[in-house]
Amino acid sequence: MTRRTAADPHRGSLGPPGGREHRHDLLREMLRIRRFEERCVELYSAGEIRGFVHLCIGEEAVSVGVHQALTPEDSVVTTYREHGHALARGIPMAAVLAEMLGRVTGCSRGRGGSMHLFDVGRRFYGGHGIVAGGIPVAAGLALADRMRGRPNLTCCFFGDGAVAEGEFHETANLAALWDLPLLMVCENNLYAMGTPLAREHAQIDLAARAASYGLVAWAVDGMDVLAVERAVRRAAQAVREGAGPYFLELRTYRFRAHSMYDPDLYRDKAEIEQWKQRDPITLLTDRMRAEDGFDDAGLDLVEKEVSEELERAVEEAGKGGLEPPEDLLRFVYSPAGERP
Amino acid sequence: MTGAKAAREPTYRDALREALREALAADERVFLMGEDVGRYGGAFGVSLGLLDEFGPDRVRDTPLSESAFVGAGVGAAIAGLRPIVEVMTVNFSLLALDQILNNAATLLHMSGGQVAVPLVIRMTTGAGRQLAAQHSHSLEGWYAHIPGIRVLAPATLDDARYMLAPALADPDPVVIFEHGSLYNVTGTPDPGAAPVDLDSAAVRRAGSDVTLITHGGSLGKALEAAERLATDSIEAEVVDLRTLRPLDDATALASVARTHRAVVIDEGWRTAGLSAEVAARIAEQGFYDLDAPVERVCGAEVPVPYARQLEEAALPQVAGIVAAARRAVG
Repeated sequence: MTRRTAADPHRGSLGPPGGREHRHDLLREMLRIRRFEERCVELYSAGEIRGFVHLCIGEEAVSVGVHQALTPEDSVVTTYREHGHALARGIPMAAVLAEMLGRVTGCSRGRGGSMHLFDVGRRFYGGHGIVAGGIPVAAGLALADRMRGRPNLTCCFFGDGAVAEGEFHETANLAALWDLPLLMVCENNLYAMGTPLAREHAQIDLAARAASYGLVAWAVDGMDVLAVERAVRRAAQAVREGAGPYFLELRTYRFRAHSMYDPDLYRDKAEIEQWKQRDPITLLTDRMRAEDGFDDAGLDLVEKEVSEELERAVEEAGKGGLEPPEDLLRFVYSPAGERP
Repeated sequence: MTGAKAAREPTYRDALREALREALAADERVFLMGEDVGRYGGAFGVSLGLLDEFGPDRVRDTPLSESAFVGAGVGAAIAGLRPIVEVMTVNFSLLALDQILNNAATLLHMSGGQVAVPLVIRMTTGAGRQLAAQHSHSLEGWYAHIPGIRVLAPATLDDARYMLAPALADPDPVVIFEHGSLYNVTGTPDPGAAPVDLDSAAVRRAGSDVTLITHGGSLGKALEAAERLATDSIEAEVVDLRTLRPLDDATALASVARTHRAVVIDEGWRTAGLSAEVAARIAEQGFYDLDAPVERVCGAEVPVPYARQLEEAALPQVAGIVAAARRAVG
């Protein structure tokens, strides 16, 4: 007997998707992430942003769709490809950008950089650079909520590559065993750095593997923000109601290389172009044009709004100070007297 | 004879258990988690009885998944609980090293001071019980290498009993090494013992001729060596480091300033080990106090073997400590 039965989110009534205004908000959120990252490319090329920078251009529907279903009391743990998650969570653009510029005004005081964005006030616990390394931590956050009887969940993002790591499997087992309020979100963009899914996994149906641990597991079109939102809302509600951990495989694609260092020699250009036909921003815009009377003027307005926010953020981030090297050793240990 | 049996002297294991019981009773945020800590009573019997007393939520058996449950400890600590995670042995802890080094030790700094991890991790270390190479190593020097954590090595019953509370009060991750050969050691608890000052080494025996610097399972051997040396009128001072990070070198250096000779005893390997760090600090800061080169008595450069005579040969022994001290004294 299986402990739970997997369900298909595309079957049965999910309730109506959000209305016109809601779709408008989703579009704006996705555009914020897209335009932000495009600016990151420019700043990286200009030498202002350094280090490994992993862009999520093409994957915005995941960040935005998932966060619609989360509350401020939920916790989020994520990967090094997390600009989108951070912005969707509500971390100010200027704080994210300042972090990438190594400024003390950055959301991790310039100690983390692009891969390690943190905002404890928003319960955003990284920004993890070790593939799958954040997954057990997320289980611990979920365990704490469960032990203290709080009605929150922990949302843990990871990629398809992480599903090959032991930490994923250990945590899936632990979370199912202990019925933890954990929402495991696999952002399947088909490549673990440069290795395609079929060359890294003997079983490429990732949801099926998660289901084998007793997690309810669904695969969802990760390019359709409305589908993502519907599925995550339903999963989140079940997790909150004590149904134990859920696994969502969001099938998506990154339009750019693994990182700014990556020459992207392992993918067919034709494959990339094919996926760009399903650009999540275009998909939603087209739908809004067809159903909401949305038009070019409307799009221009959103773009202008996003552009203004971005320019303000760039200006503000650039003004951030640099932490003096004398403070190098701060935060290795907690300061005495500041015990959490 | 009638009446109750005479109360036996408590063991190091009893002291650890009493510390856990006290911690669980004192703070409902505290819970114990690890392989076999509950129904089994702990691989070394440390947590026997605690499941019945505190229930399965707070004395939590885990699957054999070191990385997952140590990582879960990190997450629970971040979320405001005070987990005590038992990893059976230091050799097994290598499976959780990603969580200990990349997360527990790192998150506070990498988040710019936002994510504190008040986690306690307990594990056994050391050889001497013929458990062969995958259950016998002394890797506390590896952990002492890592900024962001505190590393403790209780060598006495009182430290076993009174280090846990301050470790739990520490806002940062603490790793506690319990030497496997100590669990059955008995002793008389100090009635005046108080929470241990985790920043300070302890002088376990006063002496004027040579300083023996050690920790954990080697403390008893160092004290025995000191007694043997005393029969030759060589008075050895014995320093128990007890906190391996941050290392209290001041206590060791103050002792060397009195005795002018130092022997460092460490069950870990000599090369790039904890003894090298201690010896280097004496050379850096106490060079002009020395009347002889610093001696080291360490584990042999070999995976610890099973056969008794080979295992004994691989480990620091009293005779070797005595010989090193005599060389230093000249």
